Amino acid sequence: MVIHTAVRTGASLPDRPYGQLECEHVDVYYGSFRAVTDVSLPFGIHEVTALIGPSGCGKSTLLRSLNRMNDLIDGARVDGRVTFMGEDIYGKRVDAIEVRRRIGMVFQKPNPFPKSIYDNIAYGPRVNGMRVDDMGDLVEEALTKAALWDEVKDKLKQSALGLSGGQQQRLCIARTIAVKPDVILMDEPCSALDPIATAKIEDLMHELRDEYTIVIVTHNMQQAARVADRTAFFTAQVDETSGDRTGVLVEFGKTAQIFENPQDQRTEDYISGRFG
Amino acid sequence: MATYGIGRVVERTLEGRARGGEHSLRPLLFLGALWFCLFFALLFLVVLVATTLLDGAARLDLRLFTEFPASAPERAGARPAILGSLWVILATAIMAIPLGIAAAVHLEEFSNQKNWFNRFIEVNIQNLAAIPSIVYGMLTLSALALLGIANKNMVWVGALALAMLILPVIIIATREALRAVPLEIRQGSLALGATPLQTTLRNTLPAAIPGIATGTILALSRALGEAAPLLLLGGLVYLTFDPNGFASGYTTMPIQIFNWTGRPQDGFHELAAATSILLLVLLVAMNAVAIVIRNKFQKRW
Repeated sequence: MVIHTAVRTGASLPDRPYGQLECEHVDVYYGSFRAVTDVSLPFGIHEVTALIGPSGCGKSTLLRSLNRMNDLIDGARVDGRVTFMGEDIYGKRVDAIEVRRRIGMVFQKPNPFPKSIYDNIAYGPRVNGMRVDDMGDLVEEALTKAALWDEVKDKLKQSALGLSGGQQQRLCIARTIAVKPDVILMDEPCSALDPIATAKIEDLMHELRDEYTIVIVTHNMQQAARVADRTAFFTAQVDETSGDRTGVLVEFGKTAQIFENPQDQRTEDYISGRFG
Repeated sequence: MATYGIGRVVERTLEGRARGGEHSLRPLLFLGALWFCLFFALLFLVVLVATTLLDGAARLDLRLFTEFPASAPERAGARPAILGSLWVILATAIMAIPLGIAAAVHLEEFSNQKNWFNRFIEVNIQNLAAIPSIVYGMLTLSALALLGIANKNMVWVGALALAMLILPVIIIATREALRAVPLEIRQGSLALGATPLQTTLRNTLPAAIPGIATGTILALSRALGEAAPLLLLGGLVYLTFDPNGFASGYTTMPIQIFNWTGRPQDGFHELAAATSILLLVLLVAMNAVAIVIRNKFQKRW
């Protein structure tokens, strides 16, 4: 296996990210409950950005609002702007379907379709009506990029449900790559996997960073330190008067800075394991 | 010391069990009662099947399949009733399956479940599944009267009543099969840029097909054994030709059985028993297929 470079630091990473995807004063509501409050955050192009923080701080909610997966939940609403290449993805003339094609998502639990490995990969290009000269090539390319090709090339026609958990998750990443998105959102992609499968996915993220903008939600701080170029720390803030909890962004910066030299006391407490 | 301690604990526990445990009188009585209930239910079934077999075995020959009903039992057969049953079930399937699946898909995947109208429909589908079958016969009858159709003895008319009868069952079975498909599958599909319709047609529905097939086959087997609504719709006729289309006259096996049991001659009773065996075999076969499908595709995630 190729030995990958560690997280990019210092000079190779610009101080301010060029935000391919950006949140501007984003609030996310479920009905009258405000799950996330006033988040402004740029996600740098071809960088890995990690969202960390204790449970219930709204990081998954925020992630799901970045490709309009929240639309599928009754009563979910986004205030503020989420821009992709400068365009508001919640704009009136924007098609949520197209947003989700350009901004793919990998879920917490591997969710391969109950189809063959081949059909799992070919599904995205087919439903999107992509013009594909040779679907076989595209399937191979996607599986190769997801570091799964060698393990499955002889059983492409077999059910994807026969794969191990780690393989299933890489299949889900390959499936996402196959529709050629610009951004890949990952919602705790390793939380259901063992350490070896986790290491493979983390290696994969380092490779994918060259082509895709990646946003990853993780509970595992070591993982954030290993894979992310930049890290955003969230916490749940309790309103003094109403007692409602809402997620807020505490600090955002280069991963090395967040972990070695946090500017906010709450970040330091969380990272040093004093709470959360 | 320690061993002694543990030994005492175990002893006490076992003793406690023995007092109110599984070998005392009350649980044994209860178990006996359960076995008796099971035995009683099975006894009825065995007696029913055995007497039918004894009565009908002699007439379960080729004549049953080739001959038409006749005035003399030895020359009579159930050929038109068998063909009629097949035609009616085919027509019922054509009407009920697409409609039932489409209704279930709409209710489960697209309708807003909080809407009062949709909840009203949902409750009433449950109610419809419990309505006596003859009511559907009456409903079809009045519909025909409104349309001014005088000739009721047509395959599609009987099938219409049966389709209405099993539609709620198909809808409920399909909804349950769809609900068993994990939400993550739908989300995965939508996250790839598939539309909700594509997600349903290419992913959710195919994944639910085993469950739908099981429910549908069970529903059709219920329709196959149904006589009441067809009696009301003029299915009780003396047929001397093969039913050969959806507008053709027909009779079905249950009706033929009903007819023959009402005759005084013993020969017809034997014929009725033989036809019952045939119907029984068909129903068992359909249910077996349903069970095989269910077991083969059970829990794939």
